[in-house]
Amino acid sequence: MTREEIFEKVMEIVKPYVKNQEALDGVDDDTNILQDLKVNSARLVDIILNFEDAFDIEVEDEDADSVNTVGDAVGLIQDKIS
Amino acid sequence: MSGRVVVTGLGVVAPNGNGIEEYARALRDGASGIRHCQKLKELKFACTVGGIPEGIDEIAADYFEEDELLAMNSGHRYGCIAAVDAWTDAGFERPSRDDDRVYWEAGAIVGTGIGGMDTTGEKVVPFVDAGRVRRLGSTMVEQIMASGVSARVAGLLSLGNQVTSNSSACSTGLEAVIEGYHRIAAGRAERMLCGGTEGSSHYIWAGFDSMRVLCRTHNDEPDRASRPLSASAGGFVPASGAGILHLESLESANARGARIYAEVLAGAINCGGHRSGGSMTAPNAEGVQRCIRKAIEDAGIDPEEIDAINGHLTATRADPSEVASWAHALERTPETFPAMSSTKSMIGHGLGAAGGLEAVACILMLEREFVHPSTNCEDLHPEIEAYADSIPHVVREMPDLDTMIKASFGFGDVNSCAIFRKRID
Repeated sequence: MTREEIFEKVMEIVKPYVKNQEALDGVDDDTNILQDLKVNSARLVDIILNFEDAFDIEVEDEDADSVNTVGDAVGLIQDKIS
Repeated sequence: MSGRVVVTGLGVVAPNGNGIEEYARALRDGASGIRHCQKLKELKFACTVGGIPEGIDEIAADYFEEDELLAMNSGHRYGCIAAVDAWTDAGFERPSRDDDRVYWEAGAIVGTGIGGMDTTGEKVVPFVDAGRVRRLGSTMVEQIMASGVSARVAGLLSLGNQVTSNSSACSTGLEAVIEGYHRIAAGRAERMLCGGTEGSSHYIWAGFDSMRVLCRTHNDEPDRASRPLSASAGGFVPASGAGILHLESLESANARGARIYAEVLAGAINCGGHRSGGSMTAPNAEGVQRCIRKAIEDAGIDPEEIDAINGHLTATRADPSEVASWAHALERTPETFPAMSSTKSMIGHGLGAAGGLEAVACILMLEREFVHPSTNCEDLHPEIEAYADSIPHVVREMPDLDTMIKASFGFGDVNSCAIFRKRID
């Protein structure tokens, strides 16, 4: 799976939780999931669980804590599946 | 400030109709919302019929955001659809999620009798027992906490006054209306969304089935299964849905030129203390009668002014004693008894939602000047036969219908009684 494909799938998973829909237009690796996309912090847990299901990986709590930006998520998933 | 409180909005999600137009039509027509429930049959319930609102997924997808829906079980969906409808019916716009305005003068008391058992049964228990706690995600607590539904309503409508969920078994919905009425009358809020909601779940209904209080005699004829007042009543039909009233101070309603459906003249709440025949599951008749009389007294009216009764009337053995209590408390004989209806004959018993669903029915009957039929009681119970003239089997048009009394009773020997009047003097 290419990095672009992972990025696309990550955004598909994050999208339902995004409160700031306008910010979706310019999303890149540096977009902060909580601050820029205004995702409710409690819902990060659900997003991580959806990553696990979608990519067939396991994300430890410490790994989950390191995810701040979309790029962090894509990088983490790339590491796990390679 | 007069302390007077009026109804300015209605919202309803019922087994026989969603929204006030569908619901009013179904009530008028005596249309049943009771259907066969395959799940109950598969699980070997003795009762395999129930009242479940239809078309909810489509409405919910239209009303709520995707992330909200991920955290809303059936009771939340019903309650929130009804609350949003009551709010917009009262003439208010739904606030945008980006707008930081809070309506500090508006609150919600939306109760539930049992709560999020679908979430508990389908998620929490199996996941926890399988050692998969971390897979539960973030949305369990808000779906099983008793106040979950009122909390969700508050977020949808930006409410800033009291937001809570009461619980008093099958008295819940009407108790919520009465508590909201008292809060506004006391000057602590201007507007309150009040009523009850109950989800559709075999986990909610199982305990009632094993108590043998559900109807098990009409599984092949769902629309005839809910039989309040009937000699062949054999228990209630479990149901679900939500009914919400938008209550408002008379001053606030007048100031904004709101359409007023009716006034809440009074509301009384009590408990029979599990004495004199009362118990966890049966009412103390003195408690019931005191509750009704207290509502009459607080309304400052003569019992003669009551034009119609909407009873609790579930289709259990308690129906005859309920009718006797109404007659005693209202000082009526069978000859002078007012028109009486059982909404449960069409929608089944909505448990914590029942009082809300039935209060909405009362307000619609007052507004549209009719008493809906009580279906499936052509064979009246022998102790109720004397009251036959008061029990319509088809819709009864009542152009002079003005004052209606409604009661709900619940496990725990708890009672609630409210009086609504159409004429605003």
